Amino acid sequence: MLQTTANRQLDILQRLDNLVQRYGKHSSTLIPMLQEIQNAYRYLPEDLLTHVATALDLSPATVYGVATFYAQFSLEPKGKYVIQVCDGTACHVRGSMPVYEAICKKVRLVDGKATTEDGMFTVETVSCVGACAAAPVVTINGEVYGKVTPDAIHVILDTLESRGDTADA
Amino acid sequence: MLNTLEDLQQLSKRCELHRNRHQSRIAVCAGGGCSASGAQQVYESIRAELERRDLLNTVDQTFSEDACSGITPLGTGCQGFCEKGPLVRLEPSGTLYTEVSTDDAEAIVDSLLSGTPVSRLLYLDPTEKRSYEKEASIPFYKLQSRITLRNCGSIAPDDIREYLAKGGYQGWANALERTPDRVVQEVLDSNLRGRGGGGFPAGKKWSIAAGTDAEQKYLICNADEGDPGAFMDRSLMEGDPHRLLEGMLIAGYGIGATVGYIYVRAEYPLAVDRLRHAIEEAESLGLLGTDILGSGFSFSLRIKEGAGAFVCGEESALIASIEGRRGMPKPKPPFPAVSGLFNMPTVINNVETLANIPDILQHGSAWFRSLGSSASPGTKTFALSGDVENTGLVEIPMGTTLRELVYAIGGGVRSNADFKAVQIGGPSGGCLTAEHLDLPLDFDSLQSAGAMIGSGGLVVMDEATCIVEVARFFMNFTQLESCGKCVPCREGTRRMLEILQKIVEGRGTTEDLDHLEEIGSAVRIGSLCGLGKTAPNPVLSTLQYFRDEYLSHVVDRRCPSGVCKGLRRFVINEPLCKGCSRCAKACPVDAISGTIREPYLIDQDKCIKCGACKDVCNFDAVEEVA
Repeated sequence: MLQTTANRQLDILQRLDNLVQRYGKHSSTLIPMLQEIQNAYRYLPEDLLTHVATALDLSPATVYGVATFYAQFSLEPKGKYVIQVCDGTACHVRGSMPVYEAICKKVRLVDGKATTEDGMFTVETVSCVGACAAAPVVTINGEVYGKVTPDAIHVILDTLESRGDTADA
Repeated sequence: MLNTLEDLQQLSKRCELHRNRHQSRIAVCAGGGCSASGAQQVYESIRAELERRDLLNTVDQTFSEDACSGITPLGTGCQGFCEKGPLVRLEPSGTLYTEVSTDDAEAIVDSLLSGTPVSRLLYLDPTEKRSYEKEASIPFYKLQSRITLRNCGSIAPDDIREYLAKGGYQGWANALERTPDRVVQEVLDSNLRGRGGGGFPAGKKWSIAAGTDAEQKYLICNADEGDPGAFMDRSLMEGDPHRLLEGMLIAGYGIGATVGYIYVRAEYPLAVDRLRHAIEEAESLGLLGTDILGSGFSFSLRIKEGAGAFVCGEESALIASIEGRRGMPKPKPPFPAVSGLFNMPTVINNVETLANIPDILQHGSAWFRSLGSSASPGTKTFALSGDVENTGLVEIPMGTTLRELVYAIGGGVRSNADFKAVQIGGPSGGCLTAEHLDLPLDFDSLQSAGAMIGSGGLVVMDEATCIVEVARFFMNFTQLESCGKCVPCREGTRRMLEILQKIVEGRGTTEDLDHLEEIGSAVRIGSLCGLGKTAPNPVLSTLQYFRDEYLSHVVDRRCPSGVCKGLRRFVINEPLCKGCSRCAKACPVDAISGTIREPYLIDQDKCIKCGACKDVCNFDAVEEVA
């Protein structure tokens, strides 16, 4: 386990280096680097943010400022399954909120938290995934489910839970 | 590798010839809507069926020199009729199958071979009670003019030869035979107006940038389609990526830019993949790179993935984002066409605007002006969604009326409910009512009605929709997306949201409506960028057209559509109540009391209107009253 974590760290540092080499030591390389980290870890660990700042000769404050501005970046670890409930206009008028509430209830999310304590699920709303004709839409780790009802969500989540019952994040 | 224009023409001819040689195709829609209803599996099942019968012909084989028979399955971009997905179209017959499942593969292949359609899979018009065989004859398609979406849904989006076979890169060929000035003039003459929202003439932007001297100029394609309820640009990029590349090549040549960026939302991973692949294809053929087709013109394209900020659809914020900063707008002037990305002249056009360019160069500005209305020539794509029978992606001439779009193409309001409003233009747009149904859809008519065409998201709402809740929904969106730089937008949207929240929770007053109007006009006048300037539109337009509904909320304390939770009341219907005490146990605030086997009672002062009692009652004894 330790070995794989260290490998992952080396791997991401290598990839960040490649980005700097490809796009230059320039602030415009910052967002692609953060995206690389977010993709690998599903959040931005603090030590890597410092690494990025040093690599690009930017202040840590600048990096932090950008990291907190964009919705794609998260400073907290996300769950193994990231469930995004689309709350675009079309989904909203076709009932996305009851679906959202049903999911929160099903995975036992309380007190406005976004990630379950066991690290299995992160539930969030997004403004539009562009599949309005299939409203309401839910995506789970990028896989799109259309015309979802509060009942259907139980079936979907039960399938997921039986697929992998531990969080390996 | 193509070295001259002549090379390009020869390749195009060959692709066209080869494609025409193999006309038997099964085009499975793999757009956003159909994918969400299982199109990928349908495609796999049809492919497997063809393989089983030894009839499989791949796209690659289509373009090989050896003649081969068989049927080519295609995974295409959005075919438009998302409501009835997954869609499958047969070629060359043009037969359209709707709501196809994996069990239908055998019947579909049979029907292509025999020429007899599978009647159960044809579109059945619910009002006329008749089915249509050909896609082109279905009312949803018949009334459209698909120009920018022409290839979308009929070509394989991941093979440049498919685009070339359909006349792709001919606009670019025509552009190369002219000077850059003449190219800009052609676009100016076409009066193509920006499809991203504002409607600013694209040619004007081009001529400003073309006329500014600089060592480096940039072209940016704004593909940050952030409006909730809009998926036109996504469909275009996924279904016909080379059309966008061709438009960008022509634009780059016209303004003298050698580097172009495509700024795409991170929420569109498939569009990013398709564009990346298309760029690689164009590079390997020499359609992108240095000295393209021996013209001396060089152009390279890069993709920038957005990181999830709606405000980055605003030009100066988008530039800040590409430069690696927080996406915050800057005051204008200077306009980007004079000083933009890295302080160099930069033209920013939206996806659909650029997708119109190849046709304008190929067929001429006069042809383009013959479409649509005189002040808004051309066509416009709309994403039709919400409570309408036929949701989907449509392209119609500018100036088509709202009625034609919602009723003739859209098939009317879902389940024959009453039409209440359409929300057009997303969070910057407004709501239009039944009295606007005969309004022509073009830039100027919509502006005068207090809405805007925006990027083209159009959400139909029926009587069950609460207009005040919709206004709150949009204000919540803009408030969250406000970047916080200027006070009117940062504070104004927050205060307006608080007031709307109060109203939907049943605590509003008539003065609140005046405050909304007052703050709304201040935000509109005082904000720095388009996000703030247009943020009050959904509220102000609904206050104008649905004032009665606001008044019901604040004066009568009722929500006529029964949507606003804070305004509903739960009561126990005594004759139905068995006195089981289930509701009392479920109530989180102990508002329900009673004696076992006798009707229970809800204390309205304690009730928080959560509805838990109604959910648990086995006898439907808890009723919700508006």
